[in-house]
Amino acid sequence: MKRLDSKLGALSSLPMLAVLALAFIAPLGLVAVFSIMPEKVFSIFNMPNFAAFKTMAEQGYYKSLLWSLFMAFAATTILFVICWPLAYGMAKVFKRFALVIIIAVVTSLFVSENIRLFGWVLTLMKGGLFEGYLRHWTGVGFESPLYNVGIIIFGIVYVYLPFMLFPLAQGISMVPEDARQAARDLGATRWQVLTQIDLPLAAPGIMVGYLLTFVLAAGAMAEAKILGGRAVIVIADDIQTAFTYGQNWSLGAALSMVLIVLIGTLAIYGIAKIDLDKIMGRG
Amino acid sequence: METSRTTRIVLMIYGIGIIAFLYLPLVSVAFASVSKARYLTFPIRRYSTGWFTDALASKEVHMLAMTSLKIAVIVTILSMIIGFFGALAFARYQWRYRSLFQKLVLLPIFFPQTVLGLALLMWFNSLGIIPSWKTAIVAHLVWIAPIATLIVAIRAYSFDPALEEAARDMGASTPVILREITLPLLMPGIVAAGLFSFLLSWGNFPLSLFTTGADSTLPEWLYAKMVSGYSPLVPTLGILSVIGSFVIIIAAFAGLALYRVLRPQK
Repeated sequence: MKRLDSKLGALSSLPMLAVLALAFIAPLGLVAVFSIMPEKVFSIFNMPNFAAFKTMAEQGYYKSLLWSLFMAFAATTILFVICWPLAYGMAKVFKRFALVIIIAVVTSLFVSENIRLFGWVLTLMKGGLFEGYLRHWTGVGFESPLYNVGIIIFGIVYVYLPFMLFPLAQGISMVPEDARQAARDLGATRWQVLTQIDLPLAAPGIMVGYLLTFVLAAGAMAEAKILGGRAVIVIADDIQTAFTYGQNWSLGAALSMVLIVLIGTLAIYGIAKIDLDKIMGRG
Repeated sequence: METSRTTRIVLMIYGIGIIAFLYLPLVSVAFASVSKARYLTFPIRRYSTGWFTDALASKEVHMLAMTSLKIAVIVTILSMIIGFFGALAFARYQWRYRSLFQKLVLLPIFFPQTVLGLALLMWFNSLGIIPSWKTAIVAHLVWIAPIATLIVAIRAYSFDPALEEAARDMGASTPVILREITLPLLMPGIVAAGLFSFLLSWGNFPLSLFTTGADSTLPEWLYAKMVSGYSPLVPTLGILSVIGSFVIIIAAFAGLALYRVLRPQK
């Protein structure tokens, strides 16, 4: 049985592995090679140099990288704070209502991100849903909150909320009720239960949530373009410009490599720590 | 630990608040789609369904919807097949590289799609393949097939290997076991994976943007019009696309319910 299992396991993994090898690993390898090609060439048969990395350092591309990382970090922290109570409710308090929330949140994911972000533009713009009706009813308007850093962070919080909520809820549901009960019986306050029982025991879920939101937010582009009106250029935007308008594949590849290495390290580190069988199979 | 009634109600109100937050922008889009004005401002003074008629009659919209549909249907079918086998390798069989395989499957989900889209564009270019809706299928698969695999895997974890072993003891071959036992037992997971795959492909923008070449999908067109050259058709098409997604979800649930009722009792 053991030998059959290992043969069938390897065979069943083949279709997925073929897709990953041909359309994930190979293209990323190509990006890595292009990043050390001379600038403005479109073939990998050139003498490698590090000109693109030099340009990147000299022309201030680190700014967009720092902006992306800062906004991803801010959004992730805000998300943790606003998602925790709801995740707690879903895992421990609500019964049937938790399913209603899950369905409502998952359904919202099926609407293209762009349409939802555009909805916020219509809601928040001058003469939009909020300002327009407020002025109509009270005669007092307000300046549009669009097109600045704050609103980009808001957009990231909005788009990636489910990616924080679900791992957190899964993490909290793994906290045994006995441990919390025992702590309460021994006289722990609510705060002590939270910091000494809930947070440490829900750590795998918290980590997955943090990692997933941070990684996705750091590579996000649409929020900055649609809501932010280019108040800030994000790293994904710089990468796209270098590849398309700039026609400088080496620079685009070098910028991508910085992001890939950064995000890849975080993702691989995080994924390596997760026991998938435990999280998905419940033991 | 008993939660007090007040806490429960406060948390429920909070939950409803979050859901309202998630759906508020769609309300604005829905309102905007029925405004008669060419340049939209709220409050809406005159309502009209004219933009819907225009959108449904437009040749361009038909083309965009067809491209999105072709990609989504093929991605769905392929994701269901890859997800079925992938989940077996992920959750069912004990094999040597299983843990490595599990981690590899997760990586594309944890990856910025814009960068992946551009990397694929370069890759197709180097292979001499001209990007079109067909290459977009490959791009969507990299991201959607792993998600489908995870969804089927959840089902595969809760499945008792003894059922397969019993069939094998009675002399069934591996293909027969897969077809007669494993496939039917995983079917709910596969259907869910298919539904997810379709909707995620239908709404995907970052991967399509770089890999569809001259063909254009609905999300791409919407994005282009949002960033420059606003058209009153943007909210209308946005809402039509949303309605389309919801119809598919409802149809899927109805189909599932019908299947439960009509299924031959064993």
